Amino acid sequence: MITEALFVSALLFVIGTLGVIIRRNAIIMFLCIELQLNAVNLAFVAFSRSVGIEGQVFVFFVMTVAAAEAAVGLAIIISIFRHYESVNVDDFNLLKW
Amino acid sequence: MLFALQVTVEGAPEWSPVLPGLVILLPLLGFVINGALALAHARRSADAVRGGGELDLPAGDMPLTHTLPTWIGPGVMGLAFLIAAVNFVGMAGVELHEPVIRTYWTWIVTGSLNVSAAIQLDQLSMVMMLVVTGVGFLIHVFSVGYMRDDPGYPRFFAYLNLFVFFMLVLVMGAGYLLMFVGWEGVGLCSYLLIGYWFSDREKADAGKKAFIVNRIGDLGFLVAMFVLFITFQTLDFGEIFSAAPDRIPYGSSMATIVTLLFLLGAVGKSAQIPLYIWLPDAMAGPTPVSALIHAATMVTAGVYMVARSSVLFALSPVGSATVAGIGVLTALFAASIALKQYDIKRVLAYSTISQLGYMFLGVGVGAYTAGVFHLMTHAFFKALLFLGAGAVIHSMHHALHHTHKDEDWDAQDMRNMGGLRRHMPITWVSMWIATLALSGIWPFAGFFSKDEIIWATGAWAGAANAPYPTLYTVYWVLALVTALLTAIYMTRLMVMTFHGANRTGEEEAKHLHETPRVMWIPLAVLAALSVFGGWINVPESISESFLGGFGLLPMGENLHQWLEPVMAGAHEIQAQHLGEISHQAPLLGGGELVWALVSTGVAAIVVLIAARIVGGQKHVAAVDAAEPRGLGRVLYRKYYVDEAYDAIIVRPVHALSRFSWRIVDSVIIDGTVNMVGNLARAFGWVGSLFHTGQINTYAFILTIGVLAILGWVAF
Repeated sequence: MITEALFVSALLFVIGTLGVIIRRNAIIMFLCIELQLNAVNLAFVAFSRSVGIEGQVFVFFVMTVAAAEAAVGLAIIISIFRHYESVNVDDFNLLKW
Repeated sequence: MLFALQVTVEGAPEWSPVLPGLVILLPLLGFVINGALALAHARRSADAVRGGGELDLPAGDMPLTHTLPTWIGPGVMGLAFLIAAVNFVGMAGVELHEPVIRTYWTWIVTGSLNVSAAIQLDQLSMVMMLVVTGVGFLIHVFSVGYMRDDPGYPRFFAYLNLFVFFMLVLVMGAGYLLMFVGWEGVGLCSYLLIGYWFSDREKADAGKKAFIVNRIGDLGFLVAMFVLFITFQTLDFGEIFSAAPDRIPYGSSMATIVTLLFLLGAVGKSAQIPLYIWLPDAMAGPTPVSALIHAATMVTAGVYMVARSSVLFALSPVGSATVAGIGVLTALFAASIALKQYDIKRVLAYSTISQLGYMFLGVGVGAYTAGVFHLMTHAFFKALLFLGAGAVIHSMHHALHHTHKDEDWDAQDMRNMGGLRRHMPITWVSMWIATLALSGIWPFAGFFSKDEIIWATGAWAGAANAPYPTLYTVYWVLALVTALLTAIYMTRLMVMTFHGANRTGEEEAKHLHETPRVMWIPLAVLAALSVFGGWINVPESISESFLGGFGLLPMGENLHQWLEPVMAGAHEIQAQHLGEISHQAPLLGGGELVWALVSTGVAAIVVLIAARIVGGQKHVAAVDAAEPRGLGRVLYRKYYVDEAYDAIIVRPVHALSRFSWRIVDSVIIDGTVNMVGNLARAFGWVGSLFHTGQINTYAFILTIGVLAILGWVAF
């Protein structure tokens, strides 16, 4: 049972990672990060069955942090959009050396 | 150490030196006061210059920065001389076999090296103290007149006092290390005083040349001290000299190494071949400096050092023969150059080198007393000659300056002089006395001292077991030839300067004048010393003959007896190894009296002939004169030695320095440093390629990194 759950978790994580790497739309990338977080959550829940309750506790932490992150991240994206009229990350390359 | 501290020998009358430290401290005190005045003076003139003007010295009332040095500079010297003289009288009253050591404090203690700040009073250092303070005092007095109008007046006296302080440390120090302190100190003062008029590039360069050439010699001195320390574990004179005959076998390579290294030091300081080149250039300094430092005292430090180390040199026949060889070669070489120089001070400079060569010959043939004797008499008449030359230059300078002829007329060139005896009779007479003394004519001082050296050379050549008798016979012949050359160049100098028609110019000649009293009194005192100074050391065979007035004149072998306690160690070694000293001259035979007669007779004839020849020549002023031809040009150009050194040493060193700068420093060292920097930049540049600013790239690299770490952990 745990194998299948971990497999789904890994699949979700890879999809999320590829989405972050490949896609250029900041909103989509943001959603993909959420996908990664939830893949991890799934793994936590799956492991809690054999290891202990702590896995489920951590899922709540992750969800809380993800909610906060979503609030801040969306606020950033909105302010960037107001500035550039775009959410394409290729346009934002000032963050270097 | 304890042994050396025992001042008096049992039974001998007690003698305790009177304030010996004060002899050293007085000139230092003079330096401090005059130095402070010099600083105050320099600040005031700097303020004046900044204010757009120049510090004008008032004609009547001199400022305090001028009047104080006038009294303090010569004053401390006079006091020091008085104390030295009191001590001399005290020392003469007792029979002193061991030096009196005064230890003031422990200077250096590290490992087995233990050096005290101690001064040593014995017969040799007493002679040197008297010469340094006595002649020094006279030259200080002369300087009051000579430097009167110089803007750096207090600075001059500060340097001069400092020089005397170091010279006294050199001759009174009770060990090689303290001697070395004085040795370096006088070198420093020599540099400061040669470059006294430092705003003139040529003069500043002459100072540097003297300093750098001396450095080469100092290296020898230093290494010799290291060797001595390794051998004896001490640097004190007393301990080294008492232990040396047991620890260093006669003729051993150790003795040769130490003496040759000391010789290198002496060659630098005393301007002998091959390091003599700095002394003629040192004439760029004010003339009293030439008289005090570069004729009477500092340059004789090498002779003093050899005489002081007489035990070591007596142990090394090779070392002694080298000392004598270098001495006699230098004497001949420098004397021949002096024949064709026109600058009055340069003639005297080469003459000094030549006479120093005689002193080296003396101490090299084991006649240490004769070397010190010639050192002393030479201090008198050469100081006199230099001060006389200074008086001439002073007068010439005023005369030429009056009509502004001094721009292309050299006040020191003898071709511009002539007939000065009418204008400066006192200088003329006193310089003739010095010339006769230097030429070795009876009864002047130089006759006795030079004759003794030449005689000692011949006697060594004929000693029963003498090493290298042929070599010493050659030395003897060369020394005789040099004596003739000495008479020629000195007569030439006198005739060109004081006799014949005046070539200065009619208008200028009216302003030639005798020097003020403060300048000619020292001349007169030195002239008296040049006449009688030699009488203190006359061998019995001469003083009992008609040359000594059949024993009626106050002559005697006083200096020999006086210095005997100091030289006893060396004399003992000589008596052991040389055997009977000859009483006949080599090659031709003849006793001491005969040769004394011959040498003074020949010298007198040579002086007369040279006077006739030089007086008969037609001299023209320097601006109209052509460069001499043939051999004369070689001599005039000083055998092209400076040029040769320039080609052989200076330019290769320059090239090497340029190579070190351009290749080693700029390319190799800077290149390495820059390469390290460039490598860091290059890596940085490569790293910066990853920083595209694209968030996807960062995410991708992060993923790759995480995968890599996972892979590394997993496998």
